[in-house]
Amino acid sequence: MENEKKVYDKLLVTAAPHLVSPLDTQKVMANVLVAMAPAFAVGVYVFGLRVITLTLICVIASVGFEWLYNKMLKKQQTAGDLSAAVTGVLIAFNVPSSLPYWIAIIGCFIAIIIIKQLFGGLGRNFVNPAITARIVLFVSFATQMTTWPLPSMSTVTDATTGATPLGLWAVDKSVDIMSQVTNTEMFLGFIGGCVGEVSAFALLIGGIYLIWKKIISPIIPVAFIGTVFVIALITSGSFSMAIFHVFAGGVMLGAFFMATDYVTSPTLPMGKIIFGVGCGVLTMVIRIWGAYPEGVSFSILLMNVATPLIEKYTIEKSYGGAKKNEK
Amino acid sequence: MSGSKKHLQSVKVGHYKNTANSETEVMPIPDVVKISMSQHIGAPCKPLVNKGDYVKVGQLIGDTDAFVSAPIHSSVSGTVAKIEEQRSATGGSDVLVVIETDKKQEISEEVVIPKVGDLDGFVKAVRKSGLVGLGGASFPTHIKYNPNNLDEVDTLIVNGAECEPYITSDNRIMIEEAQDILDGMKLIMKYLNLKVGYIGIEENKPEAIAHLNDMIKQQGITNIETFELQSRYPKGAERVMIYEITGKTMDAGVLPAQLGVILSNVTSVAFVGQYFRNGMPLIRKRMTIDGDAVATPKNVYAPIGTLISDVIEFCDGYAAEPRKILMGGPMMGRAIFSDQMPIIKNNNAILAFSKKQSFIPEETPCIRCGRCHLACPFELLPMALSDAYDAGDAQKLSDLDVMQCMECGSCSYVCPARKPLGFTNKLGKALVKEAGIK
Repeated sequence: MENEKKVYDKLLVTAAPHLVSPLDTQKVMANVLVAMAPAFAVGVYVFGLRVITLTLICVIASVGFEWLYNKMLKKQQTAGDLSAAVTGVLIAFNVPSSLPYWIAIIGCFIAIIIIKQLFGGLGRNFVNPAITARIVLFVSFATQMTTWPLPSMSTVTDATTGATPLGLWAVDKSVDIMSQVTNTEMFLGFIGGCVGEVSAFALLIGGIYLIWKKIISPIIPVAFIGTVFVIALITSGSFSMAIFHVFAGGVMLGAFFMATDYVTSPTLPMGKIIFGVGCGVLTMVIRIWGAYPEGVSFSILLMNVATPLIEKYTIEKSYGGAKKNEK
Repeated sequence: MSGSKKHLQSVKVGHYKNTANSETEVMPIPDVVKISMSQHIGAPCKPLVNKGDYVKVGQLIGDTDAFVSAPIHSSVSGTVAKIEEQRSATGGSDVLVVIETDKKQEISEEVVIPKVGDLDGFVKAVRKSGLVGLGGASFPTHIKYNPNNLDEVDTLIVNGAECEPYITSDNRIMIEEAQDILDGMKLIMKYLNLKVGYIGIEENKPEAIAHLNDMIKQQGITNIETFELQSRYPKGAERVMIYEITGKTMDAGVLPAQLGVILSNVTSVAFVGQYFRNGMPLIRKRMTIDGDAVATPKNVYAPIGTLISDVIEFCDGYAAEPRKILMGGPMMGRAIFSDQMPIIKNNNAILAFSKKQSFIPEETPCIRCGRCHLACPFELLPMALSDAYDAGDAQKLSDLDVMQCMECGSCSYVCPARKPLGFTNKLGKALVKEAGIK
């Protein structure tokens, strides 16, 4: 019959809501990659084209390890969610541009297989994979990890490597570091250091982008950087030294891109403040009294480990509900 | 009233109010209606008619003695073809009175304008009208209008927030039937002796707000005013709206009356106004028909019991093969398995989506971003609740206040890992109840 209506009685039934926000995990990670682009560009400008191959190798190795692990263990394939790509870029950012590729690949293996996948994959690792990989490489390949190529704009002609400003300061804390490097150079990133950490300016652009896109909350970076600034100001009594400590080493990279890692930092605002301040305090304690010149990676790692504890004690009162941690 | 200075957390959801300017069209009487005996929370009604009976418009055809219930009336005149059972949208089974219409729409002698003098009479008349909460909860309204602490209640809040995307039926009521809303409010305030009335409306409905404000001003009404709410989801949720307007925190399980408030949906209140004017019980419903699978989205007045397929036919049929049909909005609406289901009292929208827009996102691991917590109006921890549910830990679920969850779905909406957090909370609540944790 022509006017016989078609009956639709096998419709899809799912639980509400039937709409979701367009932002998924892959888009979150893509935004982080975009935010790292300025620091990458400065890295290439300062340290040359090897930065491009080094970063590419780290990304390919990280995504490759992720893919291979999922494939071998017949797990849901997560290589496409870009989280491994972010880890790869961060590893490249956290090593000197001259690092042999095979060492970088070992770093990717440590980050993706040992730290991330063996602990359960995305969302289950208890420490930041890139930070941990950096530390493992740092203690395993101390020479290669502390050989700093000179920036391309260096006027030194009789050497290809040199110390980082923070390294110089660490060797002799009485030296007037500000006579050897200006805070403008530090801000722009025309200094020795890891690939992605040198330019405070580029990292700041990326960080502001992430905050603007609501990918990260500003609490951890502000607490972290603020604490470093205040402690440096108190201990040195010098405003320019306080600025120096903020721009030097991995503070900007760590504060915006690694301490804000969702998985290994607290979720709630109060927890984020404690986490950020903790990172800042530990960083300055290591810089001033520790044996290593730089303390950002160790401080983030230690605060990663403390995160479950922080979470436990910062659970907030829900609307109308009794305070949860009083129960 | 300035309302609460602090807002509860909320999410920004696309509005998709495509039909906001579509004047409601009255649908012709279909050949057949199937009137469900379960149209409210509480005990279902028993059919009072038998096969072969002739029924008229407004005639009582289903009722029960149970306390939490509301009677059901025929929306058409015609002959009862059969009483049948059908699988309901919730998975249970519904008794349906199937009526073949004669399209004469003869009005029953039972339809009389109620004459009441006091609260008791008012409450009885409201029950007789068959009114249930038309915002979606379908709680029998006469119970709501008869709180046992009436002397502590002084405020009427009329909910015209309509925070669900797509739906515009409340918006149309506020524009097309504003007088009924004001009349209904006056009646409720008179018999319940309430001092002030607010109409809470999201600011994305400026026409409705301006229209109501004009009428309030013209008629010199001093104890009723509109209240503009943020256009964010879920400002229309009962506990959220009471907080936004009065600043009072309302725990799960607490009734609005305990906070001195009677809260009623704008459609329910407009119906009260109409019922006391013409005595016609609740037999038709204004709904927004939308979604990409509907040829001509519009607002429709349809008799209760009309099959969804007939309503969509009135909207020029399907534009594409439907894959998902929702009763209600996309945030809290229920997906139904068949378009052969009848319209019931609390339907305010039928949304039909093609396969393209019914895409089910694939669940990926939680990245602990905390967006769910920031989206939750009650600041719960959906990701922790989800972990506790997976672990089967009822005590932990209860400690994390799962019972406060109102299942608004904001957490699921924002989750980048596409985890069904709101639904998990629903299951978590059941787990806590099963475990008997207080």
